[in-house]
Amino acid sequence: MEILVCVKRVPDTAENEFELNSAGNDLDRDDLVYSVNEWDNYAVEEAIQIVDNAGGSVTVITVGDDESEEVLRREMAMGANNGVLLSDDAFDGSDGKGIAAILKAQIEKGKYDLILTGAQADEGAGQVGGMLAAMLDYPYASLVNKIEIVDDTTIKVGREIEGGNQEMNEIQLPCVLSIQTGINEPRYVGIRGIRKVASVDIPVNGAGDLGIDAATVGAAGAKTKRVDYFVPDLGDGAEMLEGSTDEIIEKLIERLKAKGGL
Amino acid sequence: MSSIIGPASYSFFGVFPASVLSFILPVVGVGLFAYIMARRLAPLVRAAPDYRLDHIGRRIQKLIVIWLGQVKQPRYMLAGVLHIVIFFGFLILSIRSVSLVIIGFSDGFVLPGFGGLLGDVYNFLKDYAATFVLIACIIAGVRRGVFKPARYAVPEKYGKDHTAEAVFVLGIIATLMISESLFEASELAYALQQTGEAHFVAPFTLVWIFKLLLSGASFEFLQGLHIFSYFLHDVTFFFFLCFLPLGKHFHVITSIFNVFFMRLDKGKIKPVRHGITAEQLDDLESFGVKKLEDFTWKHMLDFYSCADCGRCSDHCPANAVGRPLSPRFISIKARDLMFKNYPLSGEIYKSKLLVEDIYTEDEIWSCTTCGACEEECPLAIEYIDKMVDLRRGMVDEGMVPQSLQKPLKALEKRGNPYGKMEKKRADWALDKEFAAACTIKDLAKDKADTLYFVDSITSYDDNLQEIARHTAVILQRAGVDFGILGKDEKDSGNEVLRFGEEMLYQDLKEQNTQAILASGVKQIVTADPHAYNALKNDYTGMPPVRHISQVVAQKITSGALALKPCLDPDKVYVYHDPCYLGRHNGVYEDPRQALDAIDGLTRVEMQKSRDRSFCCGGGGLMLFYEPEEETRMGVLRVNMAAEAGANVIVTACPFCLVNIQDAIKVAGKEGEMEAMDFTQLIARHLR
Amino acid sequence: MTQVFAYIPFKNGSAEDVALEYPEAVKKIDPAASLTAVVTGSGADLDAVAQDLTNTYKEVIKISHADLAYPNAELVRKALQDVLPKDAIVLVPHDTFGMDLAPGLSVKMDAAYAADIVDFEGIDGTSLKLIRQELGGAVYTHVTADISSGAVITIRPGSFAPTEAGSAGGKVTDKSGEVKELPAKRKFLEIVEAEVGDVDITKSDVLVSIGRGIEEQENIEIAQELAEAMGAVVSCSRPIVDAKWLEKSRQVGTSGQTVKPKVYMAMGISGSFQHLGGVKGNPFIVAVNKNPKAPIFQVADVGIVEDILEFMPELTEAIKSQ
Repeated sequence: MEILVCVKRVPDTAENEFELNSAGNDLDRDDLVYSVNEWDNYAVEEAIQIVDNAGGSVTVITVGDDESEEVLRREMAMGANNGVLLSDDAFDGSDGKGIAAILKAQIEKGKYDLILTGAQADEGAGQVGGMLAAMLDYPYASLVNKIEIVDDTTIKVGREIEGGNQEMNEIQLPCVLSIQTGINEPRYVGIRGIRKVASVDIPVNGAGDLGIDAATVGAAGAKTKRVDYFVPDLGDGAEMLEGSTDEIIEKLIERLKAKGGL
Repeated sequence: MSSIIGPASYSFFGVFPASVLSFILPVVGVGLFAYIMARRLAPLVRAAPDYRLDHIGRRIQKLIVIWLGQVKQPRYMLAGVLHIVIFFGFLILSIRSVSLVIIGFSDGFVLPGFGGLLGDVYNFLKDYAATFVLIACIIAGVRRGVFKPARYAVPEKYGKDHTAEAVFVLGIIATLMISESLFEASELAYALQQTGEAHFVAPFTLVWIFKLLLSGASFEFLQGLHIFSYFLHDVTFFFFLCFLPLGKHFHVITSIFNVFFMRLDKGKIKPVRHGITAEQLDDLESFGVKKLEDFTWKHMLDFYSCADCGRCSDHCPANAVGRPLSPRFISIKARDLMFKNYPLSGEIYKSKLLVEDIYTEDEIWSCTTCGACEEECPLAIEYIDKMVDLRRGMVDEGMVPQSLQKPLKALEKRGNPYGKMEKKRADWALDKEFAAACTIKDLAKDKADTLYFVDSITSYDDNLQEIARHTAVILQRAGVDFGILGKDEKDSGNEVLRFGEEMLYQDLKEQNTQAILASGVKQIVTADPHAYNALKNDYTGMPPVRHISQVVAQKITSGALALKPCLDPDKVYVYHDPCYLGRHNGVYEDPRQALDAIDGLTRVEMQKSRDRSFCCGGGGLMLFYEPEEETRMGVLRVNMAAEAGANVIVTACPFCLVNIQDAIKVAGKEGEMEAMDFTQLIARHLR
Repeated sequence: MTQVFAYIPFKNGSAEDVALEYPEAVKKIDPAASLTAVVTGSGADLDAVAQDLTNTYKEVIKISHADLAYPNAELVRKALQDVLPKDAIVLVPHDTFGMDLAPGLSVKMDAAYAADIVDFEGIDGTSLKLIRQELGGAVYTHVTADISSGAVITIRPGSFAPTEAGSAGGKVTDKSGEVKELPAKRKFLEIVEAEVGDVDITKSDVLVSIGRGIEEQENIEIAQELAEAMGAVVSCSRPIVDAKWLEKSRQVGTSGQTVKPKVYMAMGISGSFQHLGGVKGNPFIVAVNKNPKAPIFQVADVGIVEDILEFMPELTEAIKSQ
């Protein structure tokens, strides 16, 4: 089975404290550290496990700048066979559809039975997988937490739905799946693993290589654009609710409702 | 009538010379033994290299103290004394056994030099040795067979009970003692009856008793007994020799080598591969121990040498709380695998991945590297290096639990396991009250004589930042000119190394080494024993490193620090030895001395203290690991403190403090007991 | 005029709560916008829901098809493509179904896409300004969407105040006839129910998390009742697991689970560094603790100094009586 996994380099929420820059409209990026999007690791691990059992190869691709190469190397250190970096100044500022269109162009250069993405990434939209599938006219399932290979043309997938339940589907190949955390236990990759693949050649494809019209991707082609970042004023320490228990409960319920807790 | 006929001149049924048999027996016995040993050596030849021929003087010293001196034995009094008796009995009787073998074909043979007074003294000694060994065997047999001490039990998951083997061997030893004594007694009884000549026999020895019993026996009986006991001894002796390498009694042969080649330096971890420098690590195809042959030959010798005494597991905190780890079976399972894969005859089997074959991943991650097992082992068997090597293998294969992957990734990205920002590493010094009283030099900008190495948990954990502030106050009062590395300080990597992530450790070490050398400090002080151990033992080229308790003790002695009388004289204090301060670095007395310098402070000791201290649950990455366990180590430790009558547990390690504070809550002793760091107690009592 | 279509999921014959939240969201998009509810399904359930929705919506589109009996996102997408006008704004809840449906729908409708919206700031020409979160909720962003050729927007359930189900007296339009063929390359097989006791605290938006303040195992029932009333799940700090009062999978902390809820009710939890290390994504933290100096109050959004054993039952009652 030929599997392609789309990955992304993101600032990890576990290792960063996000603060705004002095102008207050963007993140303070000086001190950010980046890593592979957590969900993507599960997708790559799943791909490797499928290939270990059923044969084939795993290709990882990403859209990003030169520094995104490091995430491809990390995934190759996990066991992915090939990596391709899709990079072009024209790709900057792409919205979800722009990214999906770039990925699609690369995917159409090869022949893949299964295309995996993480269920979501840093922006938390969970959009690229579904868009990619629609553009390719492939079937799609999101939040996949189980994959069972039935035969060369069909697989069974479990989707994680509300209440911890699992929705089982049968899907025809080729298809696109977005992978949820917990589907497996991704293997560890340390500095040593990455150094082992440090000299592996990773081709870089730009808009020209992919036959993409620069006007349809990047900021120019984006229908959805981020304007700025902001952090709602939270204040220091807890707001202490005081008064009689009834009064406190009344105030608390009001706030819980506002925050989606009720 | 002539005197009794010895085995060299005796003929069976008057025709067949016994000397043929007594010649064939040693030839076959030694030949078989040599064959078995050659097969046993096969895996060691294929093993990873290990450099153990350095410091010959120190090695001889260890041999004298640990092997010949048996110093670890009396830590378990009854078993230890029994062992010492049998051990020395064996040493003495080995000479007698050799001459007995030769007597089989050379009547009246005496080893050179044993003809005169020395021979008389020796005979006197060996008669008592045989007697005491027999008594020891009987007591040991009753103890193993009837009373069955709990530490010898073999849990079902680890295999079958080993009691039968133990009792069988005691029987063999007893047979050797009795047959040797009968051989001599029959001759003496014969001579006495015939010539009336009474040789001196050491009173109340086996020979003495047997001689007495045989005084009325017929000549034929004595002659028969003489030959029978000779061959019983001879057969048993060579059977035993060939039996030794088949089980736990292999240690009778290997112990002398195992102790001679033992690890000399505590607190250190073996290199990934001996002979490979840190710079050459990238060239290695594989890291750590994945298969049996990846162990070093010394570690294999350890497996052969394990006497299955169970002392390691008896003191293992992981075993005590029901984690899936028992160090004894780390050795026994590996030994059994060596026996299985390298059989005495036939093909050698290909080894599989150890963590799938005989060990489990959880078993290997369960070790806190506290070192209690190694401290206890009478044979100087190593465990920590093996755990680290096995972990290196798992890390290389990507087999790392998710709970540990997160902090490892954070260490790679941020230099601390919490993923906190580097620039906030010195935020503990920003506390208003503290900042007003104490300014901390940043060694990136200022110069100072001493570096205070804070390390990650003390830098970032809100509750433990107090330790940093107390340490700073103490250093300031003691007149130490010190500074910190601030954002340039990375995690010391003590646990990163011990959890098998070698390259990440190398990276952290590199960064710290550069920052420390660039700062130009002349000495380093830390309040975190894990950092202390890493800087002192794992890093190279560092200025001298001291733990804060050593500084305090020295400054009290020199008069630079003075302490007030105890502020809570009604409380009872107990000091808990952190593993990486005590067992791994031998700092036991300094913190106690400092505590005792507080006038009116009542201090008690726990039964398990100093080199028998019981691990709090482990530090560094162990805080992130989710072990399967029935209770927490800290809870057991808190209960030990309560038993000792203490209500304040003083420790000198941030991880111990976290674990013990939590454990007090879990044990339901909140309000009754409290835990505090050494620096807090000292800072409060500064004059 | 802005045309908004709101897709309404339903279960067992009743619309999900989001149905009551759309009207408020649409007011923020454009107070003059028209709003039409869309339901897909089959049989009596669908009819009942469509009818019910006329109380809230003036216009309700019903798409009935035997193959839509289970909401298979691929089929629903095809049905919506056939029925909805190209330049419409389509609202979908950002839940496990919405995430399956909406991105592909936006491609097929050639419309702008915005996901997991928590608020709207209105339309300026063809530009709709929205608010969403990134980086696990650590920061907010303003986003503009060019709606000139329509938009598909998923909204975070619970972000907009629900309207009272009144009597809008709307009408149901059956557009089942406009749906063309529904061939599918994905077939729904079955739902595998979560095992009892196998609760995944990392997936819950609201956690009632208990610590030492619960005092005894029997008292966990009290927290359980509060969690049920809030539609939450009970999680805990390490001492509770160590005491074996709850299973390990419920533990929040560096040595337990990392959770990213929207609301975190810290009940009798002092708030150790190790525990808070497992709480990510900047949730709204409510801390109740008898100790006014508990460190949890430093990081909580709302703090209450009370004994949880007395406070929780009263809160449960108050929520139930709402």
